[in-house]
Amino acid sequence: MSTPVDKIDIQALLNESHINEVLDKLDQDLVGLVPVKQRIREIAAYLLITKARLQLGIEAAKPSLHMCFTGNPGTGKTTVALKMADILHRLGYIRQNQIVSVTRDDLVGQYIGHTAPKTKEVIKKAMGGVLFIDEAYYLYKPENERDYGQESIEILLQTMENHRDDLVVILAGYQDRMGTFFKSNPGMSSRIAHHIDFPDYDENELLEITKLMVSSMHYNLDKSAFGAMKDYIQKRKQQPHFANARSIRNALDRARLRQANRLFNDAITHKKDTTAEDLSSITEADIRASRVFEGGLDAKKS
Amino acid sequence: MMTNPNGIVTQGQFSFLPPLTDVQITAQIKYALGKGWALSVEYTDDPHPRNTYWEMFGAPMFDLKDPAGILMEINNCRKTFPNHYIRVMAFSSVRGVESPTMSYIVNRPKNEPGFGLVRQETDGRNIRYTIHSYATDKPEGERY
Repeated sequence: MSTPVDKIDIQALLNESHINEVLDKLDQDLVGLVPVKQRIREIAAYLLITKARLQLGIEAAKPSLHMCFTGNPGTGKTTVALKMADILHRLGYIRQNQIVSVTRDDLVGQYIGHTAPKTKEVIKKAMGGVLFIDEAYYLYKPENERDYGQESIEILLQTMENHRDDLVVILAGYQDRMGTFFKSNPGMSSRIAHHIDFPDYDENELLEITKLMVSSMHYNLDKSAFGAMKDYIQKRKQQPHFANARSIRNALDRARLRQANRLFNDAITHKKDTTAEDLSSITEADIRASRVFEGGLDAKKS
Repeated sequence: MMTNPNGIVTQGQFSFLPPLTDVQITAQIKYALGKGWALSVEYTDDPHPRNTYWEMFGAPMFDLKDPAGILMEINNCRKTFPNHYIRVMAFSSVRGVESPTMSYIVNRPKNEPGFGLVRQETDGRNIRYTIHSYATDKPEGERY
């Protein structure tokens, strides 16, 4: 700083970074996830204050920004990671608003000496932005002590420490498995400042998500279809492999498939004109035809 | 080399300037990345001007967005070959160009003995000239 200052305008800093827009958008776009939103607001506030402190010369070191997102499938970990990159970029903690999303396959090699170059390649690509490691617990396989995952973890740890200014690492995975992962890699756990847990959605939130998805796909659901969707969600939650918002997306995709088939058959057999409304409406029947109402996959097999 | 007051090898860009700092190198890399060029790091201990193909330090780095990754690779190479010539190249894949567009030295040996001029007398008192690097009298790896 050229001129010494002892006051700083937080409001100006806030306006300049447009951070509020991202946070408001986060509130609008994501249903539920109250504790997550709360934590992100806290982190954003903390980063803003740290930035102000840095500008006044009170604080010398940049805060550690590595994070861990835990939660069941389909709870919005990737979506939130994207928003997080946006926030960090606006506050100037990362130089590029980019997120490199990888899994074990991208980091760990298949033979000796293959892992290090592979991991370094990924790290080089992610430099200046966010490295998002999905299903991070797969990196460590305790049952195989000759697994190359450990090597990859060590390189990651080194980079997380030495290139703190260049790279933010976000790990994601299911809570219980991430727990075992951190237990066997204490160095990893201590280098991650923010652990954020993503709760499951309840039925109302899932219905809310349905509404958002349907409108973003430019379809309409009538009242009875919504009722069917409500039943669907209740039944689907009891069945195995339920993946929250992802299951809803898949259900809607299949309903669209059935709707298209219905319109196609109607047009051929009844030779009637199809209106724009027909094209964009999903009816109760389209949803009720799902095998979830017959007891799911397991019932079909027996 | 009487005509080269600094007594250093001058090839590529910026070679008459004082050595580039890491900040300056980062700025150059940023420029190259902004143009969409792929960067690579190469090293050699034979700086003869006709030695076009230096050893590659890892594969060229495509799809990078930030200079930090390339600077990391440069520093790795400096650590591995502290007493070699190291250069950074930028390659343009634009159709019709498809060749290196930038090349500058980022590391050089502490001592550069330079080149000697060898004169060979041929038919009819003609003379053929050859540039010979004093360093290459020694085997590879022991030159600097």
